[in-house]
Amino acid sequence: MASLNSSKTMPLGMPITSNREAAFIRILLIGIALFFLGMFLVMPLILVFGYAFRDGFAAYLSSFTSGESLAAIKLTLITAAIVVPLNTLFGVAAAWAIGKFEFKGKTFLITLIDLPFAVSPIIAGLIFVLLFGSLGFLGPWLLERNFQIIFATPGIVIATMFVTAPFVVRELIPLMQAQGNEQEQAALTLGASGWKTFWLVTLPSIKWGLIYGIILTNARAMGEFGAVSVVSGHIRGLTNTMPLHIEILYNDYQMTAAFAVASLLAFLAVITLVVRLLIEWKNSRDNALAIREAQQEYQS
Amino acid sequence: MSIEIRNISKTFGAFKALDDVSLSVGSGELVALLGPSGSGKTTILRIIAGLEQPDSGKGEILFNNEDMGEKHVSSRGVGFVFQHYALFRHMSVFENIAFGLNVKKRAERPDKGYIRAKVQELLKLIQLEDLAGRYPHQLSGGQRQRVALARALAVEPKVLLLDEPFGALDAKVRKDLRTWLRNLHDKLHVTSLFVTHDQEEALEVADRVVITNLGKIEQVGTPDEVFHHPASEFVMNFLGDVNTFHGRIDEGTVSFNSIEIPLSENHSQRKGQATVFIRPYDVTIDTTKPADLPALEAKVLRINAAGALVRVELVTDLGKNLTSEISQERFSSLAIEVGGKVYVRPRHIRIFTQ
Repeated sequence: MASLNSSKTMPLGMPITSNREAAFIRILLIGIALFFLGMFLVMPLILVFGYAFRDGFAAYLSSFTSGESLAAIKLTLITAAIVVPLNTLFGVAAAWAIGKFEFKGKTFLITLIDLPFAVSPIIAGLIFVLLFGSLGFLGPWLLERNFQIIFATPGIVIATMFVTAPFVVRELIPLMQAQGNEQEQAALTLGASGWKTFWLVTLPSIKWGLIYGIILTNARAMGEFGAVSVVSGHIRGLTNTMPLHIEILYNDYQMTAAFAVASLLAFLAVITLVVRLLIEWKNSRDNALAIREAQQEYQS
Repeated sequence: MSIEIRNISKTFGAFKALDDVSLSVGSGELVALLGPSGSGKTTILRIIAGLEQPDSGKGEILFNNEDMGEKHVSSRGVGFVFQHYALFRHMSVFENIAFGLNVKKRAERPDKGYIRAKVQELLKLIQLEDLAGRYPHQLSGGQRQRVALARALAVEPKVLLLDEPFGALDAKVRKDLRTWLRNLHDKLHVTSLFVTHDQEEALEVADRVVITNLGKIEQVGTPDEVFHHPASEFVMNFLGDVNTFHGRIDEGTVSFNSIEIPLSENHSQRKGQATVFIRPYDVTIDTTKPADLPALEAKVLRINAAGALVRVELVTDLGKNLTSEISQERFSSLAIEVGGKVYVRPRHIRIFTQ
């Protein structure tokens, strides 16, 4: 991409090859890149689906119909259904505050939001065990009131929320900062309420970033292993999510079933990539338009 | 609708953007706020709009004598035009212009037919009838600014506020648009206040000009008044090119560089340090020393004859740089050239004493 662009702007008559490497170096570098891409990204994906369908389509489908698999899929969906909307709300609110306003402690807040990225998921899980476990800080008090968090769905939801908290915020902050406040201010002077301004002006302008942030959150919420593993307790058919269930199947040498469930998560990854491609394609088209219009303005 | 602000101050952190400013704009007037960047002109505009809150205290903002201080931006009924247009990127030209009408509360919202007719009428006014379906990124800068203006006018604002409306446009488009804005104002008569740092723009378009500096208002007056009767050294310096000399007033004469000029009767009482200003077009050039008139000896440094007037850069015998503007006819009759010795004579001077 970059080399294409630079050769375009070069004046005619300049030797185009002057900034190119020798042929064998180019082939070598591209070869290495393709090799790694194939080995570490494409091959595993193919293998997952290959193993999943090894015993035929019927066997593939039957892997999902066992009670434990269904329970795991259900728990994962429930977790995602709670975590994704909550983190979307939190993400939009936090990005709005950080991107559009100046206040004391802003840098600290940004650092805090990044914390889940910096902390190992195991530690994240342990934090909640220490907080809500039967020997933890709040655990006994909650247990007295018959409210179990650790080794139950609430714990899984909380751990997943913690791990996936930064995704939406991180996508939206740069977008909101780049767009500034002017469009919102214009809407306000035209008589729009704050609420209408948000729905009609702010939200549409961050739409694509938000969609991508939600998809990343969802992918991670469904795929999170470490933190969930600590708080879940691995109770089969009760507190196992898809990733935990895959591990159990794998340890039981049920390869086809393990890979069948894994293929669902892999499929999710593929969807995430496709959406990312779409958004980038849309953005580059918008950018191209912006550049063209800037040139027109300059010429006119 | 008249606008009046009284004793408004505004500080951003340690920076005093406005220092006890008062200003009134008559109904139907077109007023320019002119000043260097950081002089507080945009802050005045934003405070009137309600986009910025003045420092709490005694300040007042009145529209037709009605206090606006507590009112939210969205209920002040102002039209605001931003320097960088601030059009809604994801909306077409039509949707942009209709926005203000569409977001009205259900009880006040006009019906679809009215909105369509209103937008059509405004599109006609801004001469973009064919581009209703376009998106902002498909428009040129000048077109975008006209759409922004139509959008602001759609809600029939009582007051129109424009923040450097032509600042982001190139010189040619800017000139066309400012003439267009003047004509538009003559047609609509909506009280308008616009911010600019371009003195030519302010002097050409506005009924009155407000000159700001360092968070204070230096002078308010018609373009003619502020240009020909500047109230302060700052205004003199800011409006148009000027040659500056430091001199002394004594016994009815002012002396600067190496000449003495007698003062008129009513100024003869003043005494002390003075700053002398001479506009370039008030500096005449002669090749021979004029008899009995005070004149300075100078050397020609540079001549620029491209334009209606010929600009001659000079340096006086005491090493002070000086600019003169003379007519093309005068220039050809003088036959001066770079390096030549000439005599310059101020036709009109303006003195400010400390």
